[in-house]
Amino acid sequence: MKIKETATIVSQKEISEGIFDLVLETPSIAGEAKAGQFVDLYSNDKSRLLPRPISLCGIDAEKKQLRLVYRAGGKGTVEFSGMKQGETIDILGPLGNGFPLEEAAGKNVYLIGGGIGVPPMLETAAQLFDAAALTAQPSADEEAAVSTAPTKIVSVLGYRSDCFLKTEFDRYGETLVATEDGSSGAKGTVLDAIAEDGRTPEVIFACGPKPMLRALKAYAVEKNIPCYVSMEERMACGIGACLACVCQSTEVDGHSHVHNKRVCKDGPVFECREIEL
Amino acid sequence: MTDLSVKIAGVEFKNPVMTASGTFGSGAEYSEFVDLNRLGAVVTKGVANVPWPGNPVPRVAEVYGGMLNAIGLQNPGIDVFCKRDIPFLKKFDTKIIVNVCGHTTEEYLEVVDRLADEPIDMMEINISCPNVKEGGIAFGQDPKAVEAITKAVKDHAKQPVIMKLSPNVTDITEMAKAAEAGGADALSMINTLTGMKIDINRRCFVLANQTGGMSGPAVKPIAVRMVYQSAQAVSIPIIGMGGITNAEDAMEFILAGATAVSVGTANFINPTATTEIIDGLTKYLEDNHIESIRELIGAVR
Repeated sequence: MKIKETATIVSQKEISEGIFDLVLETPSIAGEAKAGQFVDLYSNDKSRLLPRPISLCGIDAEKKQLRLVYRAGGKGTVEFSGMKQGETIDILGPLGNGFPLEEAAGKNVYLIGGGIGVPPMLETAAQLFDAAALTAQPSADEEAAVSTAPTKIVSVLGYRSDCFLKTEFDRYGETLVATEDGSSGAKGTVLDAIAEDGRTPEVIFACGPKPMLRALKAYAVEKNIPCYVSMEERMACGIGACLACVCQSTEVDGHSHVHNKRVCKDGPVFECREIEL
Repeated sequence: MTDLSVKIAGVEFKNPVMTASGTFGSGAEYSEFVDLNRLGAVVTKGVANVPWPGNPVPRVAEVYGGMLNAIGLQNPGIDVFCKRDIPFLKKFDTKIIVNVCGHTTEEYLEVVDRLADEPIDMMEINISCPNVKEGGIAFGQDPKAVEAITKAVKDHAKQPVIMKLSPNVTDITEMAKAAEAGGADALSMINTLTGMKIDINRRCFVLANQTGGMSGPAVKPIAVRMVYQSAQAVSIPIIGMGGITNAEDAMEFILAGATAVSVGTANFINPTATTEIIDGLTKYLEDNHIESIRELIGAVR
Protein backbone atom coordinates (compact mmCIF):
# COMPACT_ATOMS: atom_id res chain seq x y z
CA MET A 1 0.00 0.00 0.00
CA LYS A 2 1.57 3.24 -1.15
CA ILE A 3 0.61 6.41 0.66
CA LYS A 4 1.20 10.10 0.07
CA GLU A 5 1.19 12.02 3.31
CA THR A 6 2.71 14.93 5.18
CA ALA A 7 5.60 14.03 7.45
CA THR A 8 6.98 16.10 10.32
CA ILE A 9 10.68 16.51 10.88
CA VAL A 10 11.68 15.09 14.27
CA SER A 11 15.38 15.85 13.96
CA GLN A 12 18.10 16.51 11.44
CA LYS A 13 21.87 16.70 11.76
CA GLU A 14 24.90 16.63 9.50
CA ILE A 15 26.80 13.44 10.38
CA SER A 16 29.58 13.80 7.82
CA GLU A 17 30.45 16.45 5.27
CA GLY A 18 27.33 16.89 3.13
CA ILE A 19 25.69 13.78 4.62
CA PHE A 20 22.50 14.43 6.58
CA ASP A 21 20.65 12.27 9.07
CA LEU A 22 16.93 13.07 8.97
CA VAL A 23 14.24 11.54 11.17
CA LEU A 24 10.64 11.97 10.01
CA GLU A 25 7.42 11.19 11.76
CA THR A 26 4.94 9.77 9.25
CA PRO A 27 1.32 8.94 10.05
CA SER A 28 1.27 5.69 8.05
CA ILE A 29 4.29 4.99 5.87
CA ALA A 30 6.65 3.84 8.64
CA GLY A 31 4.13 1.16 9.59
CA GLU A 32 4.20 -0.27 6.05
CA ALA A 33 7.86 0.06 5.09
CA LYS A 34 10.43 -2.70 4.58
CA ALA A 35 14.23 -2.70 4.50
CA GLY A 36 15.57 -1.71 1.09
CA GLN A 37 12.51 0.28 0.10
CA PHE A 38 12.58 4.02 -0.48
CA VAL A 39 10.37 7.10 -0.18
CA ASP A 40 9.86 10.07 -2.49
CA LEU A 41 10.31 13.49 -0.91
CA TYR A 42 8.60 16.49 -2.50
CA SER A 43 10.19 19.92 -2.55
CA ASN A 44 8.31 22.79 -0.96
CA ASP A 45 9.59 24.96 -3.82
CA LYS A 46 7.01 24.53 -6.57
CA SER A 47 9.56 25.22 -9.32
CA ARG A 48 11.06 21.83 -8.42
CA LEU A 49 8.40 19.42 -9.48
CA LEU A 50 9.80 15.96 -9.23
CA PRO A 51 10.05 14.06 -5.97
CA ARG A 52 13.49 12.95 -4.74
CA PRO A 53 13.82 9.22 -4.07
CA ILE A 54 15.71 8.51 -0.82
CA SER A 55 16.37 5.09 0.71
CA LEU A 56 15.32 4.10 4.22
CA CYS A 57 18.16 3.95 6.74
CA GLY A 58 15.85 3.20 9.64
CA ILE A 59 12.22 2.18 10.15
CA ASP A 60 10.52 2.46 13.53
CA ALA A 61 6.94 1.29 13.07
CA GLU A 62 6.04 1.80 16.75
CA LYS A 63 7.21 5.41 16.87
CA LYS A 64 5.96 5.93 13.29
CA GLN A 65 9.37 7.21 12.32
CA LEU A 66 11.59 6.89 9.27
CA ARG A 67 15.27 7.69 9.28
CA LEU A 68 16.82 8.90 6.03
CA VAL A 69 20.56 9.41 5.63
CA TYR A 70 21.26 11.20 2.36
CA ARG A 71 23.78 13.34 0.55
CA ALA A 72 22.86 16.96 -0.05
CA GLY A 73 23.98 17.22 -3.66
CA GLY A 74 21.43 18.90 -5.91
CA LYS A 75 19.08 21.78 -5.17
CA GLY A 76 16.31 19.53 -3.86
CA THR A 77 18.39 17.66 -1.30
CA VAL A 78 20.13 20.90 -0.26
CA GLU A 79 16.66 22.31 0.44
CA PHE A 80 15.79 19.26 2.57
CA SER A 81 19.07 19.56 4.48
CA GLY A 82 18.09 23.03 5.67
CA MET A 83 14.80 21.87 7.17
CA LYS A 84 14.37 21.99 10.94
CA GLN A 85 12.52 20.09 13.62
CA GLY A 86 8.75 20.67 13.41
CA GLU A 87 8.74 21.60 9.73
CA THR A 88 6.72 19.42 7.36
CA ILE A 89 7.39 17.72 4.07
CA ASP A 90 5.20 15.69 1.71
CA ILE A 91 6.36 12.15 1.11
CA LEU A 92 5.19 9.18 -0.94
CA GLY A 93 5.93 5.63 0.02
CA PRO A 94 6.89 3.03 0.79
CA LEU A 95 8.17 2.46 -2.75
CA GLY A 96 9.95 -0.43 -4.43
CA ASN A 97 10.41 -4.03 -3.40
CA GLY A 98 13.09 -4.06 -0.68
CA PHE A 99 15.69 -6.72 0.07
CA PRO A 100 14.49 -10.36 0.11
CA LEU A 101 15.52 -11.00 3.72
CA GLU A 102 14.32 -14.61 3.54
CA GLU A 103 17.20 -15.33 1.15
CA ALA A 104 19.57 -14.82 4.09
CA ALA A 105 17.97 -17.59 6.14
CA GLY A 106 20.56 -19.98 7.52
CA LYS A 107 23.39 -18.32 5.63
CA ASN A 108 26.39 -16.09 6.21
CA VAL A 109 24.98 -12.88 4.76
CA TYR A 110 27.21 -10.01 3.65
CA LEU A 111 25.64 -6.56 3.66
CA ILE A 112 27.71 -4.39 1.38
CA GLY A 113 27.32 -0.64 1.15
CA GLY A 114 29.36 1.89 -0.79
CA GLY A 115 29.26 5.63 -0.08
CA ILE A 116 25.69 6.90 0.06
CA GLY A 117 24.66 3.26 -0.53
CA VAL A 118 25.65 2.50 3.07
CA PRO A 119 22.48 3.85 4.79
CA PRO A 120 19.89 1.34 3.45
CA MET A 121 22.11 -1.53 4.60
CA LEU A 122 21.73 -0.38 8.22
CA GLU A 123 18.01 -1.12 8.45
CA THR A 124 18.66 -4.37 6.59
CA ALA A 125 21.30 -5.30 9.19
CA ALA A 126 18.98 -4.37 12.04
CA GLN A 127 16.12 -6.51 10.73
CA LEU A 128 18.32 -9.53 10.05
CA PHE A 129 19.88 -9.14 13.50
CA ASP A 130 16.45 -9.01 15.12
CA ALA A 131 15.36 -12.11 13.21
CA ALA A 132 18.45 -13.99 14.39
CA ALA A 133 17.96 -12.83 18.00
CA LEU A 134 14.31 -13.83 17.92
CA THR A 135 15.15 -17.26 16.58
CA ALA A 136 17.62 -17.75 19.42
CA GLN A 137 14.84 -17.26 21.97
CA PRO A 138 13.03 -20.46 22.94
CA SER A 139 9.67 -18.65 23.02
CA ALA A 140 10.14 -17.18 19.58
CA ASP A 141 7.39 -16.84 17.06
CA GLU A 142 9.07 -19.56 15.06
CA GLU A 143 7.55 -19.03 11.69
CA ALA A 144 8.30 -15.32 11.56
CA ALA A 145 11.79 -15.60 12.94
CA VAL A 146 13.17 -18.70 11.32
CA SER A 147 12.20 -17.55 7.86
CA THR A 148 14.76 -14.74 7.70
CA ALA A 149 17.32 -15.57 10.40
CA PRO A 150 20.88 -15.62 9.03
CA THR A 151 23.62 -17.57 10.79
CA LYS A 152 26.05 -14.68 10.54
CA ILE A 153 25.90 -11.02 9.51
CA VAL A 154 28.99 -9.34 8.08
CA SER A 155 28.69 -5.72 6.98
CA VAL A 156 31.23 -4.46 4.46
CA LEU A 157 31.28 -0.70 4.14
CA GLY A 158 33.15 1.29 1.53
CA TYR A 159 33.90 4.99 1.97
CA ARG A 160 36.05 7.73 0.50
CA SER A 161 37.37 8.54 3.94
CA ASP A 162 34.89 9.31 6.74
CA CYS A 163 33.19 6.11 8.00
CA PHE A 164 29.74 7.51 8.80
CA LEU A 165 27.25 5.08 10.43
CA LYS A 166 30.02 2.47 10.88
CA THR A 167 29.70 2.22 14.68
CA GLU A 168 25.97 1.55 14.30
CA PHE A 169 26.67 -1.47 12.11
CA ASP A 170 28.98 -2.86 14.80
CA ARG A 171 25.91 -3.65 16.94
CA TYR A 172 24.61 -6.13 14.41
CA GLY A 173 27.67 -8.26 13.69
CA GLU A 174 31.11 -8.01 12.22
CA THR A 175 32.01 -4.95 10.20
CA LEU A 176 34.69 -4.73 7.53
CA VAL A 177 35.69 -1.34 6.18
CA ALA A 178 37.41 -0.12 3.03
CA THR A 179 38.42 3.47 2.38
CA GLU A 180 39.73 4.98 -0.83
CA ASP A 181 42.45 6.86 1.03
CA GLY A 182 43.30 3.95 3.32
CA SER A 183 42.57 5.98 6.44
CA SER A 184 40.49 3.12 7.90
CA GLY A 185 40.34 -0.59 7.10
CA ALA A 186 41.45 -1.89 3.74
CA LYS A 187 42.74 0.64 1.24
CA GLY A 188 40.57 0.41 -1.85
CA THR A 189 37.11 -0.98 -2.40
CA VAL A 190 34.70 -3.26 -0.55
CA LEU A 191 36.06 -6.16 -2.61
CA ASP A 192 39.55 -5.39 -1.31
CA ALA A 193 38.16 -5.58 2.22
CA ILE A 194 36.54 -8.95 1.49
CA ALA A 195 39.77 -10.29 -0.11
CA GLU A 196 41.87 -9.11 2.85
CA ASP A 197 39.47 -10.82 5.23
CA GLY A 198 39.75 -14.05 3.28
CA ARG A 199 36.27 -15.54 3.86
CA THR A 200 33.57 -15.92 1.22
CA PRO A 201 29.94 -14.82 1.71
CA GLU A 202 27.03 -17.20 1.14
CA VAL A 203 24.65 -14.44 0.03
CA ILE A 204 25.16 -10.73 -0.69
CA PHE A 205 22.84 -7.75 -0.29
CA ALA A 206 24.37 -4.56 -1.66
CA CYS A 207 23.76 -0.90 -2.41
CA GLY A 208 26.25 1.54 -3.86
CA PRO A 209 27.67 3.11 -7.01
CA LYS A 210 27.32 1.19 -10.27
CA PRO A 211 31.04 0.29 -10.60
CA MET A 212 30.85 -1.34 -7.16
CA LEU A 213 27.71 -3.28 -8.08
CA ARG A 214 29.30 -4.34 -11.37
CA ALA A 215 32.37 -5.66 -9.54
CA LEU A 216 30.18 -7.46 -7.01
CA LYS A 217 28.21 -9.11 -9.80
CA ALA A 218 31.42 -10.42 -11.35
CA TYR A 219 32.53 -11.67 -7.92
CA ALA A 220 29.17 -13.33 -7.18
CA VAL A 221 29.05 -15.03 -10.57
CA GLU A 222 32.62 -16.31 -10.14
CA LYS A 223 31.91 -17.62 -6.61
CA ASN A 224 28.45 -18.86 -7.63
CA ILE A 225 26.61 -17.08 -4.81
CA PRO A 226 23.34 -15.16 -4.88
CA CYS A 227 23.78 -11.39 -4.88
CA TYR A 228 20.98 -8.84 -4.56
CA VAL A 229 21.80 -5.28 -5.60
CA SER A 230 19.85 -2.07 -5.11
CA MET A 231 19.83 0.09 -8.23
CA GLU A 232 19.48 3.82 -8.70
CA GLU A 233 18.18 5.76 -11.69
CA ARG A 234 16.62 9.14 -12.46
CA MET A 235 12.93 8.83 -11.62
CA ALA A 236 9.74 10.77 -12.19
CA CYS A 237 6.54 9.09 -10.95
CA GLY A 238 8.15 6.63 -8.50
CA ILE A 239 5.35 4.06 -8.92
CA GLY A 240 6.06 2.36 -12.24
CA ALA A 241 3.86 4.36 -14.60
CA CYS A 242 6.19 6.70 -16.48
CA LEU A 243 8.95 4.25 -17.50
CA ALA A 244 11.71 6.79 -16.85
CA CYS A 245 13.86 4.78 -14.43
CA VAL A 246 14.47 1.57 -16.30
CA CYS A 247 17.51 -0.68 -16.12
CA GLN A 248 18.35 -3.30 -18.71
CA SER A 249 17.29 -6.82 -17.92
CA THR A 250 19.08 -9.91 -19.19
CA GLU A 251 15.80 -11.57 -20.19
CA VAL A 252 12.67 -10.04 -21.69
CA ASP A 253 10.77 -8.64 -18.71
CA GLY A 254 7.30 -10.04 -18.02
CA HIS A 255 5.74 -6.60 -17.63
CA SER A 256 7.53 -4.43 -20.20
CA HIS A 257 7.96 -7.25 -22.78
CA VAL A 258 11.32 -5.71 -23.67
CA HIS A 259 14.73 -5.91 -21.93
CA ASN A 260 13.80 -3.26 -19.39
CA LYS A 261 12.81 -3.39 -15.75
CA ARG A 262 11.47 -0.48 -13.75
CA VAL A 263 13.86 0.43 -10.93
CA CYS A 264 11.11 2.12 -8.89
CA LYS A 265 8.57 -0.68 -9.11
CA ASP A 266 10.23 -3.97 -10.13
CA GLY A 267 13.29 -2.95 -8.05
CA PRO A 268 15.21 -1.18 -6.74
CA VAL A 269 16.55 -4.56 -5.58
CA PHE A 270 17.35 -7.15 -8.25
CA GLU A 271 19.29 -10.39 -8.21
CA CYS A 272 22.40 -9.23 -10.08
CA ARG A 273 22.02 -11.90 -12.78
CA GLU A 274 18.60 -10.47 -13.74
CA ILE A 275 20.09 -7.18 -14.94
CA GLU A 276 22.90 -5.83 -17.09
CA LEU A 277 25.47 -3.96 -15.02
CA MET B 1 -26.70 20.20 -9.56
CA THR B 2 -23.78 20.94 -11.82
CA ASP B 3 -23.12 19.05 -15.02
CA LEU B 4 -19.53 18.30 -15.99
CA SER B 5 -20.35 15.94 -18.86
CA VAL B 6 -19.05 16.65 -22.34
CA LYS B 7 -19.39 14.92 -25.69
CA ILE B 8 -16.67 14.38 -28.30
CA ALA B 9 -17.42 12.67 -31.61
CA GLY B 10 -20.55 11.09 -30.15
CA VAL B 11 -18.72 9.72 -27.10
CA GLU B 12 -20.15 10.94 -23.80
CA PHE B 13 -17.66 11.66 -21.00
CA LYS B 14 -18.87 12.04 -17.42
CA ASN B 15 -16.46 14.91 -16.97
CA PRO B 16 -13.81 16.59 -19.13
CA VAL B 17 -10.79 15.36 -17.15
CA MET B 18 -8.54 12.77 -18.81
CA THR B 19 -5.03 11.51 -18.26
CA ALA B 20 -2.31 12.60 -20.66
CA SER B 21 -0.76 9.76 -22.62
CA GLY B 22 2.53 8.47 -21.25
CA THR B 23 2.10 9.82 -17.74
CA PHE B 24 -0.41 7.30 -16.46
CA GLY B 25 0.54 3.95 -17.99
CA SER B 26 -2.73 2.11 -18.51
CA GLY B 27 -3.98 3.21 -15.12
CA ALA B 28 -2.94 0.19 -13.04
CA GLU B 29 -0.23 1.95 -11.05
CA TYR B 30 -2.28 5.06 -10.32
CA SER B 31 -5.35 3.03 -9.40
CA GLU B 32 -3.72 2.67 -5.96
CA PHE B 33 -4.29 6.42 -5.50
CA VAL B 34 -7.13 7.36 -7.83
CA ASP B 35 -10.59 5.84 -8.28
CA LEU B 36 -10.43 5.40 -12.05
CA ASN B 37 -14.25 5.31 -12.11
CA ARG B 38 -14.20 9.04 -11.48
CA LEU B 39 -12.16 9.99 -14.55
CA GLY B 40 -13.65 11.24 -17.78
CA ALA B 41 -11.25 8.96 -19.63
CA VAL B 42 -7.96 7.18 -19.31
CA VAL B 43 -5.69 7.94 -22.25
CA THR B 44 -3.15 5.16 -22.34
CA LYS B 45 0.59 5.21 -22.90
CA GLY B 46 1.34 4.99 -26.64
CA VAL B 47 1.23 1.49 -28.06
CA ALA B 48 2.89 0.23 -31.25
CA ASN B 49 2.49 -2.89 -33.39
CA VAL B 50 5.42 -4.60 -31.63
CA PRO B 51 7.20 -3.98 -28.29
CA TRP B 52 9.50 -0.94 -28.30
CA PRO B 53 12.45 -0.75 -25.88
CA GLY B 54 12.56 3.06 -25.73
CA ASN B 55 15.65 5.22 -25.25
CA PRO B 56 18.74 4.79 -23.04
CA VAL B 57 18.73 6.33 -19.56
CA PRO B 58 18.76 8.98 -18.16
CA ARG B 59 15.33 9.50 -19.64
CA VAL B 60 14.14 12.38 -17.45
CA ALA B 61 15.48 15.64 -16.14
CA GLU B 62 13.95 18.35 -14.04
CA VAL B 63 13.95 21.93 -15.32
CA TYR B 64 12.60 25.12 -13.76
CA GLY B 65 8.84 24.67 -13.44
CA GLY B 66 8.82 21.59 -15.61
CA MET B 67 10.61 18.49 -16.76
CA LEU B 68 12.15 16.94 -19.83
CA ASN B 69 11.48 13.37 -20.83
CA ALA B 70 12.90 11.18 -23.54
CA ILE B 71 11.32 7.84 -22.75
CA GLY B 72 11.16 7.04 -26.45
CA LEU B 73 7.73 5.38 -26.40
CA GLN B 74 8.74 2.19 -24.63
CA ASN B 75 5.69 -0.06 -24.84
CA PRO B 76 4.86 -3.77 -24.67
CA GLY B 77 3.24 -3.92 -28.11
CA ILE B 78 -0.40 -4.17 -29.14
CA ASP B 79 -0.85 -7.92 -28.45
CA VAL B 80 0.03 -7.65 -24.76
CA PHE B 81 -1.87 -4.37 -24.56
CA CYS B 82 -5.08 -5.96 -25.84
CA LYS B 83 -4.71 -8.99 -23.57
CA ARG B 84 -3.69 -7.19 -20.40
CA ASP B 85 -4.36 -3.45 -20.40
CA ILE B 86 -7.76 -3.18 -22.10
CA PRO B 87 -9.38 -5.87 -19.88
CA PHE B 88 -7.95 -4.07 -16.84
CA LEU B 89 -9.47 -0.75 -17.90
CA LYS B 90 -12.80 -2.37 -18.78
CA LYS B 91 -13.31 -3.09 -15.08
CA PHE B 92 -13.84 0.64 -14.53
CA ASP B 93 -16.64 2.98 -15.48
CA THR B 94 -14.48 5.33 -17.52
CA LYS B 95 -13.83 5.84 -21.22
CA ILE B 96 -10.77 4.25 -22.81
CA ILE B 97 -8.73 6.22 -25.31
CA VAL B 98 -5.80 4.31 -26.76
CA ASN B 99 -2.77 6.30 -27.87
CA VAL B 100 -1.24 4.81 -31.02
CA CYS B 101 2.35 5.25 -32.18
CA GLY B 102 4.38 3.99 -35.11
CA HIS B 103 7.47 4.58 -37.25
CA THR B 104 5.61 4.30 -40.55
CA THR B 105 2.05 4.64 -41.84
CA GLU B 106 1.87 0.85 -42.06
CA GLU B 107 2.81 0.46 -38.41
CA TYR B 108 0.14 2.95 -37.30
CA LEU B 109 -2.45 1.16 -39.43
CA GLU B 110 -1.52 -2.26 -38.06
CA VAL B 111 -2.35 -1.03 -34.56
CA VAL B 112 -5.49 0.79 -35.71
CA ASP B 113 -6.71 -2.41 -37.42
CA ARG B 114 -5.88 -4.51 -34.40
CA LEU B 115 -8.00 -2.17 -32.23
CA ALA B 116 -11.04 -2.42 -34.50
CA ASP B 117 -12.74 -5.15 -32.47
CA GLU B 118 -11.53 -4.00 -29.08
CA PRO B 119 -13.96 -2.38 -26.63
CA ILE B 120 -12.28 1.02 -26.64
CA ASP B 121 -14.00 4.37 -27.05
CA MET B 122 -11.56 6.40 -29.09
CA MET B 123 -8.00 6.34 -30.34
CA GLU B 124 -5.45 9.10 -30.20
CA ILE B 125 -2.83 9.09 -32.94
CA ASN B 126 0.54 10.28 -31.71
CA ILE B 127 2.14 12.16 -34.59
CA SER B 128 4.02 14.45 -32.26
CA CYS B 129 6.48 12.52 -30.08
CA PRO B 130 9.77 14.44 -30.21
CA ASN B 131 11.81 11.53 -28.85
CA VAL B 132 11.80 8.94 -31.61
CA LYS B 133 13.86 9.32 -34.74
CA GLU B 134 11.44 7.94 -37.30
CA GLY B 135 7.72 8.38 -37.22
CA GLY B 136 6.20 10.31 -34.37
CA ILE B 137 6.89 13.96 -34.95
CA ALA B 138 7.98 13.42 -38.55
CA PHE B 139 4.28 13.04 -39.36
CA GLY B 140 3.29 16.05 -37.31
CA GLN B 141 5.38 18.94 -38.63
CA ASP B 142 4.18 19.11 -42.22
CA PRO B 143 0.51 19.83 -42.99
CA LYS B 144 0.51 17.51 -46.02
CA ALA B 145 1.86 14.64 -43.92
CA VAL B 146 -0.67 15.39 -41.15
CA GLU B 147 -3.53 15.27 -43.60
CA ALA B 148 -2.25 12.08 -45.26
CA ILE B 149 -1.76 10.11 -42.05
CA THR B 150 -5.10 11.32 -40.72
CA LYS B 151 -6.86 10.15 -43.89
CA ALA B 152 -5.10 6.79 -43.81
CA VAL B 153 -6.02 6.22 -40.17
CA LYS B 154 -9.62 7.35 -40.71
CA ASP B 155 -9.99 4.88 -43.60
CA HIS B 156 -9.14 2.05 -41.23
CA ALA B 157 -10.40 3.17 -37.83
CA LYS B 158 -13.59 1.76 -36.37
CA GLN B 159 -13.53 4.22 -33.46
CA PRO B 160 -13.42 8.03 -33.54
CA VAL B 161 -9.93 9.41 -34.11
CA ILE B 162 -8.12 12.12 -32.16
CA MET B 163 -4.96 13.50 -33.79
CA LYS B 164 -2.39 14.61 -31.19
CA LEU B 165 -0.52 17.65 -32.40
CA SER B 166 2.98 18.93 -31.76
CA PRO B 167 3.74 22.45 -30.58
CA ASN B 168 7.12 22.24 -32.34
CA VAL B 169 5.79 23.99 -35.44
CA THR B 170 5.63 27.56 -36.71
CA ASP B 171 1.85 27.67 -36.92
CA ILE B 172 -0.17 25.02 -35.15
CA THR B 173 -3.39 26.12 -36.87
CA GLU B 174 -1.97 24.80 -40.16
CA MET B 175 -1.64 21.35 -38.57
CA ALA B 176 -5.06 21.60 -36.93
CA LYS B 177 -6.68 22.46 -40.26
CA ALA B 178 -4.79 19.68 -42.03
CA ALA B 179 -5.99 17.11 -39.48
CA GLU B 180 -9.54 18.38 -39.83
CA ALA B 181 -9.26 18.18 -43.62
CA GLY B 182 -8.02 14.58 -43.26
CA GLY B 183 -11.19 13.73 -41.36
CA ALA B 184 -10.03 13.82 -37.73
CA ASP B 185 -12.89 13.64 -35.24
CA ALA B 186 -11.00 15.64 -32.64
CA LEU B 187 -7.60 17.13 -31.84
CA SER B 188 -5.47 16.93 -28.76
CA MET B 189 -2.72 19.40 -27.96
CA ILE B 190 -0.07 20.05 -26.98
CA ASN B 191 2.48 17.27 -26.96
CA THR B 192 5.80 18.25 -25.34
CA LEU B 193 8.11 21.03 -26.52
CA THR B 194 11.55 19.89 -27.59
CA GLY B 195 14.09 20.98 -25.00
CA MET B 196 17.61 20.36 -23.78
CA LYS B 197 19.48 20.47 -20.48
CA ILE B 198 23.22 20.55 -20.04
CA ASP B 199 25.14 19.41 -16.98
CA ILE B 200 27.70 22.18 -16.51
CA ASN B 201 29.82 20.17 -14.06
CA ARG B 202 30.20 17.07 -16.21
CA ARG B 203 29.90 19.17 -19.40
CA CYS B 204 27.51 16.82 -21.11
CA PHE B 205 23.84 16.45 -21.94
CA VAL B 206 21.69 15.45 -18.97
CA LEU B 207 19.50 13.19 -21.12
CA ALA B 208 21.06 10.27 -22.96
CA ASN B 209 18.89 11.28 -25.92
CA GLN B 210 20.38 14.83 -25.75
CA THR B 211 16.95 16.38 -26.30
CA GLY B 212 13.68 15.66 -24.54
CA GLY B 213 10.10 16.81 -24.47
CA MET B 214 9.35 19.59 -22.00
CA SER B 215 6.17 19.45 -19.97
CA GLY B 216 4.87 20.84 -16.70
CA PRO B 217 3.47 24.16 -15.45
CA ALA B 218 6.04 26.24 -17.35
CA VAL B 219 4.57 25.27 -20.75
CA LYS B 220 0.95 26.08 -19.88
CA PRO B 221 0.72 29.59 -21.40
CA ILE B 222 2.00 28.26 -24.72
CA ALA B 223 -0.51 25.41 -24.65
CA VAL B 224 -3.43 27.72 -23.80
CA ARG B 225 -2.47 30.00 -26.66
CA MET B 226 -2.27 27.09 -29.12
CA VAL B 227 -5.63 25.69 -28.01
CA TYR B 228 -7.19 29.12 -28.41
CA GLN B 229 -5.71 29.65 -31.91
CA SER B 230 -6.73 26.17 -33.03
CA ALA B 231 -10.24 26.54 -31.65
CA GLN B 232 -10.63 29.63 -33.86
CA ALA B 233 -9.31 27.73 -36.89
CA VAL B 234 -11.23 24.45 -36.79
CA SER B 235 -14.71 23.26 -35.82
CA ILE B 236 -13.80 19.81 -34.41
CA PRO B 237 -13.44 19.47 -30.62
CA ILE B 238 -10.09 19.96 -28.91
CA ILE B 239 -8.67 18.15 -25.89
CA GLY B 240 -6.31 20.61 -24.24
CA MET B 241 -3.23 19.78 -22.22
CA GLY B 242 0.10 21.22 -21.18
CA GLY B 243 1.02 21.98 -17.58
CA ILE B 244 -2.42 21.55 -16.03
CA THR B 245 -1.99 21.03 -12.27
CA ASN B 246 -5.26 22.31 -10.82
CA ALA B 247 -8.85 23.21 -11.71
CA GLU B 248 -7.95 26.83 -12.44
CA ASP B 249 -5.50 25.66 -15.09
CA ALA B 250 -8.12 23.31 -16.55
CA MET B 251 -10.66 26.17 -16.71
CA GLU B 252 -8.20 28.30 -18.70
CA PHE B 253 -8.05 25.61 -21.38
CA ILE B 254 -11.83 25.16 -21.44
CA LEU B 255 -12.44 28.89 -21.70
CA ALA B 256 -9.83 29.01 -24.49
CA GLY B 257 -11.86 26.46 -26.46
CA ALA B 258 -11.01 22.97 -25.18
CA THR B 259 -13.92 20.56 -24.76
CA ALA B 260 -11.86 18.37 -22.44
CA VAL B 261 -8.48 18.49 -20.74
CA SER B 262 -5.69 16.03 -19.97
CA VAL B 263 -3.52 15.98 -16.88
CA GLY B 264 0.02 14.72 -17.33
CA THR B 265 3.11 15.80 -15.44
CA ALA B 266 0.95 16.86 -12.48
CA ASN B 267 0.32 13.17 -11.74
CA PHE B 268 4.02 12.83 -10.85
CA ILE B 269 3.81 15.71 -8.38
CA ASN B 270 0.45 14.77 -6.97
CA PRO B 271 -0.96 11.30 -7.71
CA THR B 272 -4.51 12.49 -7.01
CA ALA B 273 -4.29 15.59 -9.23
CA THR B 274 -6.95 14.29 -11.64
CA THR B 275 -9.71 13.81 -9.08
CA GLU B 276 -8.80 17.04 -7.29
CA ILE B 277 -9.25 18.86 -10.60
CA ILE B 278 -12.67 17.23 -11.13
CA ASP B 279 -13.73 18.40 -7.65
CA GLY B 280 -12.32 21.86 -8.38
CA LEU B 281 -14.29 22.14 -11.62
CA THR B 282 -17.53 21.25 -9.80
CA LYS B 283 -16.79 23.91 -7.22
CA TYR B 284 -16.03 26.48 -9.93
CA LEU B 285 -19.41 25.84 -11.54
CA GLU B 286 -21.20 26.03 -8.18
CA ASP B 287 -19.41 29.21 -7.12
CA ASN B 288 -20.26 30.84 -10.43
CA HIS B 289 -23.84 29.47 -10.58
CA ILE B 290 -23.28 27.79 -13.91
CA GLU B 291 -25.23 24.65 -14.70
CA SER B 292 -23.04 22.99 -17.30
CA ILE B 293 -19.36 23.14 -18.10
CA ARG B 294 -20.39 23.08 -21.75
CA GLU B 295 -21.56 26.69 -21.44
CA LEU B 296 -17.97 27.73 -20.83
CA ILE B 297 -16.19 25.92 -23.67
CA GLY B 298 -14.53 28.64 -25.74
CA ALA B 299 -16.31 31.37 -23.79
CA VAL B 300 -13.31 33.68 -24.01
CA ARG B 301 -12.93 35.08 -27.50
